[in-house]
Amino acid sequence: MTESHPHHKGIAPHQCGQCCTHIDHISVTLDRHPIIEDVSLHLHCGELTTVVGPNGAGKSTLLRALLGEVSHTGEIHFHPVFGPGREDAPAIGYVPQRLDFDRFSPFSVADLFAVSTSRFPVPLGCRDEIRKTALSALENVEAGGLLDRTLGKLSGGELQRVLLALSLTPVPNLLLLDEPVSGIDLPGRELFYRTVSDLRHRFDLSILMVSHDLAGIAAVSDRIVFLDRRVVCAGPPREVLANREFRHAFGLDLEEAQ
Amino acid sequence: MSQLIDLLAGLPFEWARYEFMRNALVAVILVSPLFALMGTLVVNNRMAFFSDAIGHASLTGLGLGVLLGLADPLLSLIGFALVLGVGILALQRITRASMDTIISLSMSFSIALGVVLLSRGGNFNRYSHYLIGDLLSITPGDIGWLCLTVLVVGGGLLYFYNRILLIGLNDSLARSRGLNSWWAQMLFVSSIVMVVTMNLSWVGILIINSLLILPAAAARNLAGNTRQYVLCAIAIALCSGVCGLLISYYADTASGATIVLVAMGFYFLTLAVKALRRQ
Repeated sequence: MTESHPHHKGIAPHQCGQCCTHIDHISVTLDRHPIIEDVSLHLHCGELTTVVGPNGAGKSTLLRALLGEVSHTGEIHFHPVFGPGREDAPAIGYVPQRLDFDRFSPFSVADLFAVSTSRFPVPLGCRDEIRKTALSALENVEAGGLLDRTLGKLSGGELQRVLLALSLTPVPNLLLLDEPVSGIDLPGRELFYRTVSDLRHRFDLSILMVSHDLAGIAAVSDRIVFLDRRVVCAGPPREVLANREFRHAFGLDLEEAQ
Repeated sequence: MSQLIDLLAGLPFEWARYEFMRNALVAVILVSPLFALMGTLVVNNRMAFFSDAIGHASLTGLGLGVLLGLADPLLSLIGFALVLGVGILALQRITRASMDTIISLSMSFSIALGVVLLSRGGNFNRYSHYLIGDLLSITPGDIGWLCLTVLVVGGGLLYFYNRILLIGLNDSLARSRGLNSWWAQMLFVSSIVMVVTMNLSWVGILIINSLLILPAAAARNLAGNTRQYVLCAIAIALCSGVCGLLISYYADTASGATIVLVAMGFYFLTLAVKALRRQ
């Protein structure tokens, strides 16, 4: 894989101001219950935006709206400069919270890449070019040795890095991470954050991450959005972490009082 | 087609003299790989209970066929199984109840309705051969149809294999890759319906699902990737199909059930192999 994404050739990271995702006033209603209301966000290239909020705050729904899975009011615009996506159909990389497979499934990492990136039926074998692409994608996330392992034999952190590598094949306009570190041990989390952070600069990616991991996100995020059905506050980590409502929602004000 | 099958009569075995055995052998060799291929997807996507419901729902399809006075109930079988399959998926989308509950209640409904329809006038025994299957029901004409099914459904399954697997892993992930899960699910369900209903009369309603699940379940114990998984499943399905058929001839037992028992034997064998490898 090349060192920088083709759609930013000649543009230094952090300088392609045009390239961004506009989420304007979107609301989602399910069974007459408002799940998210009037959410507006702008996501820039080379920036990692983390969405935090209590359970039921609509974090996953926001991601599903971006994926086009739930209908919403308001508008979502993508402005890729060049690259694989179009404005109405951007290339979205998605790292799900979990996969539905059982531990003994004979499904290898190479198979995962084959079914996701190729139409050549995987029962007939995994083509060489797919293996090569998969291997170089895996090497980007320090997971080169996992190509022929079955998914069930991976640790939580390994699986998450494999999914990250998959979401970057091909390099998307927007990367969505849905609670990527839940169920991963501390060293695994650190490695995952380091990898994401590195990839963000290398490919000048715009990343939206949903997370519960308050301890980890402050260091890795460029911006934090505190969502509780609507955007309560948004800004640089230091600003949001100091916000009174934010501290109250996560019980941080109680810790101080003690 | 029938000339080809008659060539088997030259084999130096007692069973090869009988036309029904020659037909059955060809049917088994044709259908087993398709069952195995489909089974790998059914097992991976956790749809074993679903395909079981489709098999049992055939009682109602059969009952409807009798009610409508159809000479061959195949059309009503396929029709009802399709309605039930789509119905289960739609009901799950609408109610968001758990899949096993929906399948269980749909299955109870269709079995009850089927038994009621078929037992009118105390005639249920006339249809009991559908429960355990009857080899004599395979005619050379059927084999032509089976051939066509294997080509169409087998080709379709291979073509959609990647997509169906990805949807089973994670719906949103599939969507982020531009796949529409609803249509792929529908195609998959229709192919399960076709394969199950077309082979019902000789395998039997009670056990047809095991033929789908067992080869795949056994292959999982041996395989390390999807290609090996499918190849193992096909090999196990073919072996147990042919062995089971011949055993049933000599032991004078129902062929479908005998095949299932042999497949079960293979399953335990693979379990043992897996345990040995671990040591």
